Amino acid sequence: MSRTYVGMPAFPRAAARATEDATLRSNLRRATHTIRARRAQAVAELADWEELRAAAAAIKDRTLRHLDHYLTLLEENVTRAGGTVHWAADADEANRIVTELVRATGEREVVKVKSMTTQETGLNDALERAGIRAYETDLAELIVQLADDLPSHILVPAIHRGRGEIRDIFRDRMADWGRPAPEGLTDRPADLAEAARLHLREKFLTAKVAVSGANFLVAETGTAVVVESEGNGRMCLTLPETLISVVGIEKVVPAWRDLEVFLQLLPRSSTAERMNPYTSMWTGTSDADGPRAFHLVLLDNGRTDALADRVGRQALRCIRCSACLNVCPVYERAGGHAYGSPYPGPIGAILTPQLRGPASALEESLPFASTLCGACYEVCPVAIDIPEVLLHLRERVAEGGEVTVRGVRTRVRPAKRHAVERTAMRAAGWTFDHPGALRRAQRLAGRARRLRPRRLPGPLGAWTDSRELPELPAESFRDWWSRTRGDAP
Amino acid sequence: MSGGTSRERVLGRVRRALADVPRHERPRDHPVPRDYRLTHGTRTPADAAALLAANLTDYRAVVHRTDEGGLPALVAGLLGRRGARRVVVPPGLPDAWLAPELLAAAGVEQVADSPALTTRALDGVDSVVTGCALAIAETGTIVLDAGPGQGRRALTLVPDHHVCVVRVADQVVDSVPRALARLAPDRPLTWISGPSATSDIELDRVEGVHGPRTLEVVLLDGTGPR
Repeated sequence: MSRTYVGMPAFPRAAARATEDATLRSNLRRATHTIRARRAQAVAELADWEELRAAAAAIKDRTLRHLDHYLTLLEENVTRAGGTVHWAADADEANRIVTELVRATGEREVVKVKSMTTQETGLNDALERAGIRAYETDLAELIVQLADDLPSHILVPAIHRGRGEIRDIFRDRMADWGRPAPEGLTDRPADLAEAARLHLREKFLTAKVAVSGANFLVAETGTAVVVESEGNGRMCLTLPETLISVVGIEKVVPAWRDLEVFLQLLPRSSTAERMNPYTSMWTGTSDADGPRAFHLVLLDNGRTDALADRVGRQALRCIRCSACLNVCPVYERAGGHAYGSPYPGPIGAILTPQLRGPASALEESLPFASTLCGACYEVCPVAIDIPEVLLHLRERVAEGGEVTVRGVRTRVRPAKRHAVERTAMRAAGWTFDHPGALRRAQRLAGRARRLRPRRLPGPLGAWTDSRELPELPAESFRDWWSRTRGDAP
Repeated sequence: MSGGTSRERVLGRVRRALADVPRHERPRDHPVPRDYRLTHGTRTPADAAALLAANLTDYRAVVHRTDEGGLPALVAGLLGRRGARRVVVPPGLPDAWLAPELLAAAGVEQVADSPALTTRALDGVDSVVTGCALAIAETGTIVLDAGPGQGRRALTLVPDHHVCVVRVADQVVDSVPRALARLAPDRPLTWISGPSATSDIELDRVEGVHGPRTLEVVLLDGTGPR
């Protein structure tokens, strides 16, 4: 049984543990900084990036505002093309549907394409309880599975592992799952990739059932799209007799033409490539080419709860590129596991609390796992205003408010654990509403520059235990503005 | 097993969640600004072919250029140099692309696709030669749609060496939007941009995992479709 996220500690405690892990921090730093620069270069090649981004946000918003229409249209077109559509209200139901579909084939093994939704539902564990073994075939998912680990990044679930660790995992664990690692395996990435190829080859050639997700579902044609790099996706989508795709209901896009926007935005945002090596598109089933049976499982699992939140629903635009993780100073230091779900980083901080509702201290703490620097919004290819949603969710944690949980509207009470934030938020609300007081408060802060404490007094001390107080500049912005421009802004 | 009830429950939740959307609003009423470009720059067909070649090369595909007269010798040479013993050929590949006597001289056996060619048997084939539906210059992508001369998807997946012929005169488009407009959604489509690769080790790209590890693209100059 692989590890699960159940009972994960709240973000600050998990993050504190991670920040003490020097190997983890250096692995994360190297990887995120590599991809950051390359992404910026790939994006700069397209002069119309902002226009593509605006179109993408609008397409997703149109879809979300009429999601019932597009879901039924999709169902009609998938069915017409020979596929079967199933609906799952929650994770358990999705797992049950997949388990029954696999059982009906008589098979006891499935090969899997990397899929966020099946991470979210815990499908592999559910299959294992039913006596069905699921083989992850994406290289990073394979590393995570062999190491009995948890994914820590949307695109590269094993980003927290360096090449040396990966070599050790392959050497020690591959034999338990099938073909052992080659003798004398080195830590050269090309050799590690070759070891994965040899290890999984036999599985691909013999698998009768595959499980995948999908990056996009086109309502008007019934087409499913999977974007990948290694070819493990093509293997799973093409060679088995039965294909089961578990896809979140927010993955639908209205029209074929809409792919022209997303297929330009996604690869550049995610792997920093002009185009990823392989993209597969299929519509139902085809004669004598690919699986004879195609099942599409449409998953809600909290998505409609997020949809009910007028500010929070923009999180459902997400196309899982992971650009926001790669630029986030908090993610870089805390690592993915601290976020307690398959969705780490800034997007996870707004998605997880909305999908799961106010379930535990973890969900309450996630909206605070940010410095609000705004880098995530800058790089988001579908223009999700992550800081806006973070503040909205913080307010609900601190002040309480309306929330939809499993389709039922309820009021949540202010969270006890966030009394400090509540005080701060009320004070901030009051000061921003009273510009005179804001000026006075800031000037006071300016005069007190030399007296800046290391640790805040009283209940605010808990805040500074895990945060550096910012350095105060010698002159406040307001003072500088009035000195250089005359009027106070 | 999927049960009508879950379908109704999910759709019901969606409709309740969207209570703020005005009843009279139709999907098209929500505007989608399409101010982005359909191509990035204007270029002649020759420029497009050159850009395609450059982008394919950038992602480690091997690019060759020839005309119809030179094609059979080039293909036989590529297979021979590779040391390929068996090459699978999809139905509908133009006869003129392969010269049996040159293949025989290079020691390459030609295997026609058939239902008897199982996945396991295909794993014993070294190379595959295909055409394509189109190629995209700006991204360095070739697209297969299982049409004549391309075959079922497994043919270009299981062998480790893929030789793909692109007709420059009528198969190179500038951009992703131009490509989608020409493709049929009801066909199984495979978009290929370079050989199999991964970024899974320290987020750095290395070539060669499960798909064909060597992709050779032949840009074919000539008169267009036959």
